[in-house]
Amino acid sequence: MSSIKIDTAKMNNKKIAISIRQVSKADSAAIVALDAEITGADKSAYWTDILDRFAGSDQRMQRYFLVATSADDELLGFIVGEIRAWEFGSPPCGWVLALNVSPGHRERGIGESLLDALCAKFRHADITTLRTMVLGNDKVNLSFFRGEGLAAGPYIELEKRLD
Amino acid sequence: MKLQKASRYALYAVLHLASAPDKQHSTAEIAEEYGISIHHLAKVMRTLVRSGLIESVRGVGGGYRFAGNVRRTTLWDVIHEFESLESDMESPDELSGNAEIVISGLDNVNREIDGLIRSTLDSITLKTLLRYGVENLERG
Repeated sequence: MSSIKIDTAKMNNKKIAISIRQVSKADSAAIVALDAEITGADKSAYWTDILDRFAGSDQRMQRYFLVATSADDELLGFIVGEIRAWEFGSPPCGWVLALNVSPGHRERGIGESLLDALCAKFRHADITTLRTMVLGNDKVNLSFFRGEGLAAGPYIELEKRLD
Repeated sequence: MKLQKASRYALYAVLHLASAPDKQHSTAEIAEEYGISIHHLAKVMRTLVRSGLIESVRGVGGGYRFAGNVRRTTLWDVIHEFESLESDMESPDELSGNAEIVISGLDNVNREIDGLIRSTLDSITLKTLLRYGVENLERG
C-alpha cells in the first residue's frame, strides 16, 4: 500500500495565541459559564467545590487546574488533573478529570496545549502514565484523547445502577 | 471483528482522497493504486457519496474529492454503511432446559461487546488511524 500523507495544515485549523496559567477563584464565573455552554447544565456548586480544592493547590497536593486565556484574558478553555495512586493496584498516574474548550475556538490547538501543560506537571512529579475516563458516546473528547496518543488501557470501568 | 471488504475499500478511497483534498481522483485511479476491483469500488464510492464523506465532481477531470475533516471523521463514519455491529449468535428457535438462561445471559455480553466496539470505532479519526499505521510500520 502506498504511503498516505494528509496535510492537516490545509484543514482550516489555525492555531491561536494563548496563555496558560494556574486557575484563580476569579475565574469561577467564566468556568461555570463555559461548562454550562458545553453541557447545558449549571453546575455552579460543583465547580465552586473543585475550585476550593484545586485553586492554589501546591505541588505537594498534586492537583492541577489550568486555564487557557486569550490576549485580552478571555477564558478559552481549562483542564483539571490530579495524581492518584494505588487504586486497585495502580501505581501513581496522572488523571485528567476535566477538559473543556470553548466551542467557538476548537481545532486551534487549545486542548492540545492544555493537555501538554498538564502532562509537563505530571512529568515533573515523575509520573509516567496519563489516564482519563470518557463517556463511550462522547465522540469529541474520545477522538481528541486518542488523537493525543491515549488508547484503551488495562483497566475497565464497571458500574451498576443503585435505584 | 472481521471487517467487510467494502469497509477496507472505503477506507482506502477516503484516505486517498483526504491525502489531496484539493484534487479529484477517479474510481479507476484509486482501484489501480490499491490493486482492487473497480466494479466493487464503484459501488462503495456511491455509498460514500450518499453518506456525504466524499463528493462527485462532474466534467472534464472530474472524479471524487474528500468532503469530510480528517480530524473529525472517524473510522465508524466511514465503515458504518458496510458493517453490522450486532453480534451474530446462532440460537435454535426452541430452547429447553437452561438454554434460555444461557442465551439471555449471552445477549447481555454481546450488547456490552458491541457497545465497546462501536465506541472504539467512533473515537478513532482518520488522522489517528494513519498515525497508528505509521507507528506500527516504523516499529516493524
